[in-house]
Amino acid sequence: MARVIVDVMLKPEILDPQGQAIVGACGRLGFSGIEQVRQGKRFEVEIDGEADGARLEEVRRLAETLLANPVIEDFELRVAD
Amino acid sequence: MTARVGVVTFPGSLDDRDAVRAVRIAGAEPVPLWHADADLKGVDAVVLPGGFSYGDYLRCGAIARFAPVMGELVPAARSGALPVLGICNGFQVLCESHLLPGALTRNRSLHFINREQRLRVESAGTAWTGRYTAGEEITVVLKSGEGRYTADAATLDELERSGRVVVRYTGGAPNGSDRDIAGIANEHGNVVGLMPHPEHAVEALTGPSEDGLGFFTSVLAHLAGTVPAGADRSG
Repeated sequence: MARVIVDVMLKPEILDPQGQAIVGACGRLGFSGIEQVRQGKRFEVEIDGEADGARLEEVRRLAETLLANPVIEDFELRVAD
Repeated sequence: MTARVGVVTFPGSLDDRDAVRAVRIAGAEPVPLWHADADLKGVDAVVLPGGFSYGDYLRCGAIARFAPVMGELVPAARSGALPVLGICNGFQVLCESHLLPGALTRNRSLHFINREQRLRVESAGTAWTGRYTAGEEITVVLKSGEGRYTADAATLDELERSGRVVVRYTGGAPNGSDRDIAGIANEHGNVVGLMPHPEHAVEALTGPSEDGLGFFTSVLAHLAGTVPAGADRSG
């Protein structure tokens, strides 16, 4: 069994009001010097067998079909250690 | 013959009963459709109602898009043959299905907005707005947390150029939508999505107005052949 991590982030040009709210909270809590926060999602996908090329390609199709909305989000895949 | 207008219920749909009621008040026969049935029951048009389909898990509309009922709906809608109206969560489902461009994201204020909202009808050339006049202002309910319409500049320009912005917020979009867009249509004018709720404004007793009824009477006129979609998108 292998685990594939899929990180999904809003594209840089898409407004992230949740990230902005977090920056506001940072200031109130005394975490100075925090200029920007953008909030994303992390998926941990467990698959049968080794994370070889074909299986990774399948997870990539899963990410672009369901896990991320390519209209507003980018995603990255990596195999967990 | 009375037109038959289907209303899909997903798990988590909230406004399907109001949509059924609006269809009935408009003079059509409402046909309840179930998300898990890959069958549109031969309806003439479909409403995707508001609510929180599948709990809004993952993204609003992201899972509803793959419901069995969508299997027949998507190609029929994409071809221009089947009129489909997506309201609120239904609009999100249409964008996730790529039947409409762009996406709905978190309100700029992060607050859930629940208010009576003034809109300007920008296009009477769709299957769902033929009974309005371009420039007409209406009051309906807006109630959504992820209603901020966004798309890239080229898509927005194309929507504007081709007259596919159907309704716009007046006095500025309370949710921060790009170019104050409240609703859009596909290139055929048969698929319309909007964030505010016309189905809640169809009778004086329960709504802020009866201004929303026009969406439902429009599709009946369209189905009767009196107002062809796309005939005059500018007005």
